[in-house]
Amino acid sequence: MGKVVPLSGNTAVAYAVKSADVDVISAYPITPQTTIVEKLAEFIANGELDAEMIHVESEHSALSAAVGASAAGARVYTASSSQGIALMYEIMFISSSLRLPIVMTIAARALSAPINIWNDHSDFMAVSDTGWVMMMAENNQEAHDDVIIAYRIAEDPEVLLPVVTALDGYFMTHTIEPITVVEREEALDYIPKKRTWYSLDPARPITMGALGDPQWYFEFKRQQYEAMKKSREAFNTSVEEFSRRFGRRYDAVELYGDDNPDILIVAMGHVVGNLRAYLDRVRGRGVKAGVLKVKLYRPFPEDLILKHLQGVEMIGVIDRALVPGSTSAGPLYGDIVTTLAKHGFEARAVSFITGLGGRPVTHSHIETVLSKLVDLKGKPVRELPKEPLFIGVRE
Amino acid sequence: MSRTLTIKDIPREERFAPGHRMCQGCGAAILMRHITKAMPKDAIIVQATGCVEVTTTLYPETSWMHPWLHIAFENAAAGASGVEAALKVLKRKGVLPPEKDVRVVAIGGDGGTFDIGIQALSGLLERGHDVLYIVYDNEAYMNTGIQRSGATPFGAWTTTTPVGRVWHGEWRNKKDIIGIALAHRVPYVATINPAYIPDLYMKINKAMEIKGPKLIHAYSPCVPGWRYEPALTVTVARMAVQTGIWINYEVENNTLNVTTPVPKRKPVREYLRLHGRFRHLTDEEIEKIQEFVDKQVAYVNKLAGKEVIGPVEK
Repeated sequence: MGKVVPLSGNTAVAYAVKSADVDVISAYPITPQTTIVEKLAEFIANGELDAEMIHVESEHSALSAAVGASAAGARVYTASSSQGIALMYEIMFISSSLRLPIVMTIAARALSAPINIWNDHSDFMAVSDTGWVMMMAENNQEAHDDVIIAYRIAEDPEVLLPVVTALDGYFMTHTIEPITVVEREEALDYIPKKRTWYSLDPARPITMGALGDPQWYFEFKRQQYEAMKKSREAFNTSVEEFSRRFGRRYDAVELYGDDNPDILIVAMGHVVGNLRAYLDRVRGRGVKAGVLKVKLYRPFPEDLILKHLQGVEMIGVIDRALVPGSTSAGPLYGDIVTTLAKHGFEARAVSFITGLGGRPVTHSHIETVLSKLVDLKGKPVRELPKEPLFIGVRE
Repeated sequence: MSRTLTIKDIPREERFAPGHRMCQGCGAAILMRHITKAMPKDAIIVQATGCVEVTTTLYPETSWMHPWLHIAFENAAAGASGVEAALKVLKRKGVLPPEKDVRVVAIGGDGGTFDIGIQALSGLLERGHDVLYIVYDNEAYMNTGIQRSGATPFGAWTTTTPVGRVWHGEWRNKKDIIGIALAHRVPYVATINPAYIPDLYMKINKAMEIKGPKLIHAYSPCVPGWRYEPALTVTVARMAVQTGIWINYEVENNTLNVTTPVPKRKPVREYLRLHGRFRHLTDEEIEKIQEFVDKQVAYVNKLAGKEVIGPVEK
């Protein structure tokens, strides 16, 4: 078992990448991702990690070079944020369709304009339809562990998909917490380097990235859908095995608070920690409330969402991203409502948009959310607000 | 300097399978056939989106006998950087046999190289990856239907520089891709032309032996885009060299060497009249192109240190 050391979220991520013994790191600087790659450069410079670092000239090339390296059989890592993720967008689709097990960390940050280097989930949500498996951590330990778990899922021969591990910019990337580091030997025992995917091998030449016309394109996409479905099972076995080996248990979603809550707040990322603390404070004051943390965002864990949300009187969904004009301006809210509706349950859910562009989600904001949910508790679904409620903004 | 190659030195084994969907008379098809023959059999190719890519890999068929990767339009250079970095580290870590030197070749068209891929190309050249980048230049976006690119020459008709009452074809000069590559201080750049096949072999062979980033600029006649008869591809390509609008040369260790000397040039008018895309040109415009060629020839002769390309035959 590794020792406990104080590490920022980004440094914790870098240590995990080192323990995974990645072969190629291809990245371009962007705040707040930078310190991950700086730390990795330091590891290589000091001989602590044997990897090639490609100092690319853009995020587009960062992911393109990662695709090339992964196609050549290397274990590959990249990381970015915000505009960098937006610039990678094109290649994100291609990496998942080429079925390459790249792992990328998103240090979550708002998208321009106005330009803003602070945290929300705009970048993460903007790429949620690119065919990547996507996880988001609540604390630095989880951000560290997620990288190790991600390689296990990505390289599973039944899956072979790229994986995003996300952590909140600044609130986590630049905040120091005590971390138990997964050491290289134990990491590589959990994620042995088996090169499970097709690669560019002169002994067995293959054509990768062929033209798929109407006769074949659809079949490629159908298989990709199946791979994403299988990643759900791979996630389960990976976190189970992780917990057996390392003692830390994760799940696709996690319930905290009252066992049988009347009110449930669904959220992702570091805000879950604030919610836990707030619920601890108000426990025993008559409100049976809980928080449902969503860790695995793609594939969306419908089974567990349903298990926890069915029968709950009032659901509040906190989104830290905004999609103007959508039927669900809060993307997570949209996933929750769809899940409930498609399984025949009333969507007793209200959308809350908060904490955009790095504005902290404070206990007073959470108090507003909770009191709103208490007020709405008895109302029929048709009377629930159909527009998102904006919390903590000047109107 | 190595022995001059002849047509007899060309390997018999084909490495670019027939049955692809390239046009009759396609210059790029001739180039790909010989480039793949000249390359080592175990080299890895990374290809940009473009004519060659879409016509040679219609799933489940492929023309490529080398390991081959296509990602997107603008990133063949970045993808090749990744492949090269992976081979390096996997060799170092003992995953790949250290004695085997697998070469990496990136191939892109003029659109994917001069324009949308210029940033990734610059990155590849500047970082010093051991990759040969080959640009097959058919002087416009042929795959999407003959739209002008940064490689389209002055005067050329394209679908986005049409000939009308106000416009008279492309009004800007071709971008100097060789100059851009040389500005990165790369060890080897060269030009090749499908009418000069032994020259092509000599240059690909040489590039494969040089470590570091290399750029080869390939002249690639296009039947539908340039509007000439399919049987004339090699005639057009040869005329380009004979008029000096295209010069076969290489720059190695800062020394320019013209590999196809032309003691007496033909007037550029003879080249232009072979193309439907230049049919609208006026005498003044042709004169302007001739002046441009004269200047370019003088510049190359100066760098070569002697008059390798002669004056126009009157």
